[in-house]
Amino acid sequence: MNVENIYATFPELFLASCALMLLLFGVKRGNDATLFTGLIAVVVCLAAGVLLIKLPSFVEPGQAQLGVSALCHGCKAFGGMFINDAFAQFVKVLLLLASAIAIMLSWGYMERHGLERPEYPALILFATLGMMLMVSANDLLALYMGLELQSLALYVLASFRRDHVRSSEAGLKYFVLGSLSSGMLLYGISLLYGYTGSTGFEALAHVLAGEPPIGVVLGLVFVCAAMAFKVSAVPFHMWTPDVYEGAPTPVTAFFAAGPKLAALALFVRVLLQPLAGLEHQWVQVVVFMAVASMLLGSFAGLAQSNIKRLMAYSSIANVGYALVGMAVANEAGVQALLVYLSIYLVNTLGVFGVILCLRREGVMAEKIADLAGLSKSHPLLAVAMGIFMFSLAGVPPLAGFFGKYFVFLAAVQAGMLPLAIIGVLTSCVAAYYYLRIIKVMYFDDATEAAVDPVPEFSLRIVTGGAALLMLLFVFMPTPVIDSALAAAHSLMPQG
Amino acid sequence: MNAAWSVIGLSHYLVLSAILFTIGVLGIFINRRNVIVILMSIELMLLAVNINFVAFSTHLHNLVGQVFAMFVLTVAAAEASIGLAILVVCFRNRGSIAVEDINLMKG
Repeated sequence: MNVENIYATFPELFLASCALMLLLFGVKRGNDATLFTGLIAVVVCLAAGVLLIKLPSFVEPGQAQLGVSALCHGCKAFGGMFINDAFAQFVKVLLLLASAIAIMLSWGYMERHGLERPEYPALILFATLGMMLMVSANDLLALYMGLELQSLALYVLASFRRDHVRSSEAGLKYFVLGSLSSGMLLYGISLLYGYTGSTGFEALAHVLAGEPPIGVVLGLVFVCAAMAFKVSAVPFHMWTPDVYEGAPTPVTAFFAAGPKLAALALFVRVLLQPLAGLEHQWVQVVVFMAVASMLLGSFAGLAQSNIKRLMAYSSIANVGYALVGMAVANEAGVQALLVYLSIYLVNTLGVFGVILCLRREGVMAEKIADLAGLSKSHPLLAVAMGIFMFSLAGVPPLAGFFGKYFVFLAAVQAGMLPLAIIGVLTSCVAAYYYLRIIKVMYFDDATEAAVDPVPEFSLRIVTGGAALLMLLFVFMPTPVIDSALAAAHSLMPQG
Repeated sequence: MNAAWSVIGLSHYLVLSAILFTIGVLGIFINRRNVIVILMSIELMLLAVNINFVAFSTHLHNLVGQVFAMFVLTVAAAEASIGLAILVVCFRNRGSIAVEDINLMKG
């Protein structure tokens, strides 16, 4: 292994070795060390994020010896299997942040439910590693390995509450449907390989520039279906509500943030780099999935009474909006998608932070009706939830509005007016269930005892921080928008 | 015997793999009895894909496909072990591994 490989993958190597050591340490010390391992895992995630951003400037002095190509954005490693361009970096920073927050959200919950086991933070780190490899994949083999590393860790996480029927059922459902989608992905990959003779993204893009053979189109269909499973786009969404409801709530928060972002980033890269020549074939598929996801996510959410299921349908609708950006398939579309997803990530983690605060006599309150009277017993919590819900509904000064604005703007500029109109209409429908939560919090009388006070400092920090970010995004949108633009630029084939 | 009949070519392998893959997918959806059968179906899908990879690899004189098949075999082993572990957890909670019993949440 030469030096360039180590530099390009240093954050991943760091994360992998830390996760392994954490696992060893956790196994040796037993369940007492859980809080400590969780703390270390958060630090490791943040440190890997800093490494990702700062590493090029740390090793700048050795540049003459290494050659410029090893340090530039977009450098490749391991014979072109791994790429660390601005797109991958942008997504990876968000992923690490989401993982750190997801671990922080879990502390109190795990303790109260007798789940304080040291493998939990280690599993989250392994899943994060898999996601980072996914978004950096530049070869179908690397893509598959990253995806599986992520999925295998997530199957275990979904069934982490071992003595709970719903959790193990959620894990089993997720496992069966996830494996099915992995099988379909592999079948598609085998066809792509067979009809083009290579698995590298550049080579594929080169071969597929002309008229594609029928086998390649078949492979494309299988790959698209599998990726739709992973991002939970309609018509492959059916696992989402069950898994979201059954999995332990901090794990659901993690599912809604990290894996969704990683899978969407992977989807974008696969469609826009190796399969860019097949755009005419896949655009219609993506448009259909976007419209169907927006419609189903908005309408099916209306009938939900469990707040975790509601968030599952909300996430399906949000994937639909993100897919609008993908269907546009130009630089503005990808930029809009990245801005949208980074706002959605913070927003959804904040919502789950509030959900984790809701307990009545030690039992998690998961019904929407349980929110009644929250404005009187916990005014600050109600304000935070109100901000998140208004933001998800897309009410102007809040961040969620800008996410939707960029996506629809990109669609209109690319001449996809019907798509933008459907998006606006469905987001009006979805606003009903977001606003209903606010109505329940502020105008319904509490029928039962008040919700327990919020004990954990980490929950308060996460919820408050996310609410502030949603509120203040309007004053400082440029860092996110600019880096999303750079990321989108690095993804597009350079002319 | 005609020579064209006695040669097993790429298309035979592809058809075999497509049939096995379809049986695997149908096994997941049509099967109404046992979760173990679902695990077997998943394994069947992955092995069908491996036939595809190796057949293409031999046909193209390109080793990437065989390397890929090795990786798939390894991952399939990990996947089966995790699937069985989750199944054991489920069985301890419900006392059954029948497909109809996994119905607490309707999605």
